[in-house]
Amino acid sequence: MTRIFVPKDAAALALGADRVARALADAAARLGHVIEIVRTGSRGAVWLEPLVEVETAAGRVAYGPVAPRDVAGLLEAGLLDGGAHALRLGNPDGIPWLARQQRLTFARCGVVDPLSLADYRANGGLAGLEKAIALAPADMVEAVKASGLRGRGGAGFPTGIKWNTVRTASADRKYVVCNADEGDSGTFADRILIEGDPFTLIEGMAIAGLAVGATKGFIYLRSEYPHAFATLNEAIRVAEQAGILGDDVMGSGKTFRLEARLGAGAYICGEETALLESLEGKRGVVRAKPPIPALQGLFGRPTLVNNVLSFAAVPWILAHGAKAYADYGMGRSRGTMPVQLAGNVARGGLVELAFGVTLRQIVEDFGGGTRSSRPIRAVQVGGPLGAYFPATMLDLPLDYEALAAAKGMLGHGGIVVFDDTVDMAAQARFAFDFCAVESCGKCTPCRIGAVRGRETMDRVIAGESPAAHLALVEDLCELMTDGSLCAMGGLTPLPVLSAIRHFPEDFGRGGSLPAAAE
Amino acid sequence: MQRPEPWNAARASEIIAGLSGLEGATLPILHALQDAFGHVPDAAVPLVADALALSRAEVHGCLTFYHDFRRAPAGRHVVKICRAEACQSVGGEQAAADLLSRLGIDWHGTTADGALTVEPVYCLGLCACGPAALVDGVPVGRADADAVLATIEEHAP
Repeated sequence: MTRIFVPKDAAALALGADRVARALADAAARLGHVIEIVRTGSRGAVWLEPLVEVETAAGRVAYGPVAPRDVAGLLEAGLLDGGAHALRLGNPDGIPWLARQQRLTFARCGVVDPLSLADYRANGGLAGLEKAIALAPADMVEAVKASGLRGRGGAGFPTGIKWNTVRTASADRKYVVCNADEGDSGTFADRILIEGDPFTLIEGMAIAGLAVGATKGFIYLRSEYPHAFATLNEAIRVAEQAGILGDDVMGSGKTFRLEARLGAGAYICGEETALLESLEGKRGVVRAKPPIPALQGLFGRPTLVNNVLSFAAVPWILAHGAKAYADYGMGRSRGTMPVQLAGNVARGGLVELAFGVTLRQIVEDFGGGTRSSRPIRAVQVGGPLGAYFPATMLDLPLDYEALAAAKGMLGHGGIVVFDDTVDMAAQARFAFDFCAVESCGKCTPCRIGAVRGRETMDRVIAGESPAAHLALVEDLCELMTDGSLCAMGGLTPLPVLSAIRHFPEDFGRGGSLPAAAE
Repeated sequence: MQRPEPWNAARASEIIAGLSGLEGATLPILHALQDAFGHVPDAAVPLVADALALSRAEVHGCLTFYHDFRRAPAGRHVVKICRAEACQSVGGEQAAADLLSRLGIDWHGTTADGALTVEPVYCLGLCACGPAALVDGVPVGRADADAVLATIEEHAP
């Protein structure tokens, strides 16, 4: 019997993976081949999806991107023995796009059956939790501190310091909450991990629970990810049955339970205090800080809130040592960052690399330029609240501080590529529009500012006194930056101002408008 | 796509009772009601409020805050189309405009025959294979109007 691996990651499904799996099963049955189709997650090479792999005597052989109509020809060419074909990519680990990455967090994604604990263990899973159980909580926290890990959700706060705050807080109960409300456009690393290797997140959260003294954890997952939700719930069930979660976490005598909760389409719930309100069953309205969630979070209890990628980095750190993790990276950005390369790009997907790589290396070397084959004009880094950079700034390194110095941010690591047909005034307008749609409404700068910003941009676009109206937009941006309660209103100015600064020719200032229009 | 059940207060109470023990049960309950009935009618609000010892205003506030919850039935098929930046960069807005004009509806609209509702969504996490859509829960990548309509055909009951 031959094992064939076909991803069931949502992006692979979006490109026809289910149809390919059905075609393989049908054709094999017709030809009398005995095959077992294993549904994996994705390795993250979305441009090669559906990426089909076959287990042969010489190891796995990959083919992609496979369409259902290719299946008959592939079987004829000896797919089951790794036979030659135009779509043959050879050993998947040798595909240059994957081989040039530094996969720590995503090492298992696309390789294993996401719900097989045997696969997970065979590929290094649970080594981190086993090591953690032998340590005192303070030493677990110390390992996370020493690794230099910073919050991968966007803010970049040192993870170990947050863990220590929760660990030393005293309360009748504490919570661990995973922010899986991955709402930024251009990001999908949380989704790929949860669909492809959910036990890594579960293991990371269990370590966190033991470290900070919490017995209950929640994973707040966005409702736009129904496939991830199904996989996650099943993985939690499997982990409970195996004693990884429950009253005696892997024989440690400690309790830790997990529950996955579905969001309901509100972008603001990716903001940690709005997320906590939502988990409590309320409107996702931002809370003023202080008190910080680490001291008064969910139901008023000390709560550790981390992003999926932060928790998912922890098992590797515990298993291999803090120093091994900190050896990757540059400056104060240690370890690896799972970058998500998206939008108008020829070879998009998940690229995990040590910090310090330049945007150009990612967008050009990995991305291969635009999908439309037109010149790159702009990249937006860090989601809808991140800055637009022109093609001339692609030598910026991927590093929290370097991007902040360039008046941008790394955010959750999404990079969206635009070709030269993009209208940057429309993108600036969209930033306000998005803020108007998604603002929780609690603070005035965000609630009203977004609407006024959109209106003012409409006037700029219509050519009504663009210079005067742009001055108003810049003034409004200053107010939103300084006066908003959270990053929604506070960072919406980043895409707006970066678009105005780097692409003035799109805002009626470049002399393209007749003087009368002024 | 599974047909929603007609509204039934006893059935709703049963669903609510099954979940009201959860910590912060409001969202799980509203999701479960919408899964069953296709929307959350106003008649559900006092039932949820009573079960969770909340005011009707609090439940109403929650119901109306989140984009996902519908207070009126949708069409038999629901198409969610991404309008965020990554999909914009590959012509998503044009593809969506084509679909809407072929259907003769606007965003959030339902076709006159009640067959189809189109809703905007800001990111489906399919950003490296946009424009992206979710058709009755089935993801569609590199989507255009034809691909969306073909997916409905393929998965039609």
